[in-house]
Amino acid sequence: MIENLSRRNFLTRGSAAVSAVWLSAHWPAIVAAAEHAHQAAKSSAPPKFQFFTPEEAAEIDAIAARIIPSDETPGAREAGVVYFIDRGLTTFAVDDRKTYREGLPALQARVRELFPSVEKFSTATPDQQDQILHSLDDQAGPAPRRRSASTSNSFFQAVRIHTIVGFLIDPDSGGNRDGVGWKVIGRDREHMFQPPFGYYDKDYAGWQPNPPNPEKTKA
Amino acid sequence: MKLDLPKYKTSDEVDFVVVGSGAAGGIMAKELSTNGFRVVVLEQGPYLTESDFVHDEVRVIGEDLLTNKPKLQPTSFRKTPNEKAKPQRALVYGRLVGGTSVHFTANFWRFHEIDFVERSKIGPVPGADLRDWPITYADLEPYYTKVEWEIGVSGLAGASPFDPPRSKPYPMPPLPVKGSGVIFERAARKLGWHPFPAPMAILSQSRPGRSACINCGFCLAFGCEVGAKSSSLATAIRMAEKTGRCEIRPNSYVHRIEMDSNGRATGAVYFDEKRNTHLQKAKAVVVCANGAETPRLLLLSANKQFPNGLANSSGVVGKYLMLNSGGVTNAVFEHPLNDYKGFAVSRLLHDFYELDPQKVGFYGGGGIDARFDATPIAFAMGGLPPGTPGWGKAFKDTLAHNFTRTMELFCHGTSLAVETNSFSLDPDLKDAWGLPALCLTYKDHPDDLKLWAWQNQRANELLDAAGALKKWSQPIGEQQFAVHLLGTCRMGNDPKTSVINSDHRTHDVKNLFLCDGSSLVTSGRGQPTMTIEALSFRAADRITALAKRGEIA
Repeated sequence: MIENLSRRNFLTRGSAAVSAVWLSAHWPAIVAAAEHAHQAAKSSAPPKFQFFTPEEAAEIDAIAARIIPSDETPGAREAGVVYFIDRGLTTFAVDDRKTYREGLPALQARVRELFPSVEKFSTATPDQQDQILHSLDDQAGPAPRRRSASTSNSFFQAVRIHTIVGFLIDPDSGGNRDGVGWKVIGRDREHMFQPPFGYYDKDYAGWQPNPPNPEKTKA
Repeated sequence: MKLDLPKYKTSDEVDFVVVGSGAAGGIMAKELSTNGFRVVVLEQGPYLTESDFVHDEVRVIGEDLLTNKPKLQPTSFRKTPNEKAKPQRALVYGRLVGGTSVHFTANFWRFHEIDFVERSKIGPVPGADLRDWPITYADLEPYYTKVEWEIGVSGLAGASPFDPPRSKPYPMPPLPVKGSGVIFERAARKLGWHPFPAPMAILSQSRPGRSACINCGFCLAFGCEVGAKSSSLATAIRMAEKTGRCEIRPNSYVHRIEMDSNGRATGAVYFDEKRNTHLQKAKAVVVCANGAETPRLLLLSANKQFPNGLANSSGVVGKYLMLNSGGVTNAVFEHPLNDYKGFAVSRLLHDFYELDPQKVGFYGGGGIDARFDATPIAFAMGGLPPGTPGWGKAFKDTLAHNFTRTMELFCHGTSLAVETNSFSLDPDLKDAWGLPALCLTYKDHPDDLKLWAWQNQRANELLDAAGALKKWSQPIGEQQFAVHLLGTCRMGNDPKTSVINSDHRTHDVKNLFLCDGSSLVTSGRGQPTMTIEALSFRAADRITALAKRGEIA
């Protein structure tokens, strides 16, 4: 499933209208994870990982932090994405667990291959981390190669998608802790709005009729 | 308040069993029960209500909370009938009480006069079977008005100079204009075009038990938790239940129409939630299961008398599928539109509804709307300009900048009826109940793709006139995913080339009626639901008249 995930694939029958459709066609079974993640996000007690070991969680957290970095605004780390993914994997399809179980050692192997002196991904510098992730990301670059089903790419794409989901999901549905993801993109937390909504409609003068009886346009 | 709802025994021969509770089935049930008939509606999906609807993109989109379930209902796709179809997700439809009307965009254009008589006007189109309808716009007009008033459509009569005649104004004013609508309106007028407030099946004013739209921003793909979206769930189904004569039976998957030896339908056979099989007896059967599941049910109901599928003496059941041509162009503007607030569409234009094939070099026509319909995750996955990295700082920065500044122009258009485009039964693939899965066979007619490209050019002109900072059209390509499911049991006077007559009665079975997207003869210009609902109001009138004259049983 993960190997089918790519923006390119998405754009083949593009439109946000179809994006809903596309997501449901290609999204791995992230499922009911949200509720568990939500509890973790709400809980004041230090969250416990259900699927990852603390060491694994540190690696996933480090990847997520490169996918949506923290800078002057919050990133995946502040949104608690690693908890979202962890809780998600306790209710994930078996396939997705396998992707993570096999992907983590493959990541470790890639770290050693590229940077023999670096112990693990989470201790690499941000630049090194980006190089490692680029090496996993088959879809990087202007002309993506045909998608491969390689373990490492599947793993990277899974983490990438799950990070985006955990960052942007409705905060009331788990993930996106404190709604920080929505703050970053400028989406108000409310679910009820009154016009005017933005810059362009605030000075709208009201509907003016079209000129009467135009000749029916025939291009 | 809990209504005193009837509960019919399966052995109780009710007047009508209606298969499906969506745009067509809901209205059919409401009209027939209002007219005094005893009705059972069999719906394969669950009976959810407003309190079940959430804004969780994972559950609603990722888990298919409201839609058909690929794991239980696999599908396959191929371009042409001589290929072996490959399993892939091939369609989406609402699978719950209320059907697709629960999660749709709610664009509610009427068809125009031309849609019913285009073959007479322009002649044949090579490679397609363009036909006139056996009914005209004038036949359907009173029923369009019924939809607007009874179901609830907001809009402004007379705002589009291209609109067909109407007998009454809209029952309520248009929804508020969005930033995308203002940008669109100003630019279209610069170009001499005629933008107008979009007619939407979303309330701009409250009605009893239903709130006006609160602009929550989770509209397309989501159920409305305040009942503002005029789904069958929020409207017709409730009216049907109020008659006290209609039972909505959810989790009931109809997989065969039962027939007697005289070629008469005796009821519908379905699986309940526990997969036990039942036969609901009825004097007549009305199938409103959508343009994919209706032909599938007929094909699944093949028997000795109807070896090629029920009501399929013509051989056209499942064929002449039309999906509507598409085309999306995105644009980014300097200032925040915050177009995520509200419903999807506030302005559109119909200047290109009726193109002259002699001038443009292809058959077709359409409408262009201004919208933003992406929820946050969907936007991050597909709403960024081509070439934007998929992760990292540039991804985050683009996402953060563009989410509030992006809008889309959605070009909707015709699809031609092509015999080989179809829904059929996959010979190998089975659903979770062991029944043959749906196979989609589809290759866009070349004119449909030309229209798509032509409208994309207009969209780009408009966005240039609007001063977009950046714009990009989604690539044009042959469709292999079905959303609009049209034409697969089409209406006609000739039993050799159509499945139902203008009363929606199948040519072959006297007490079997079909009404939904499958009934359409032409595709319209990309917004079929309004017409499906008008057809359902009209069909219910015809069926009622037949029943009262004793001409069904």
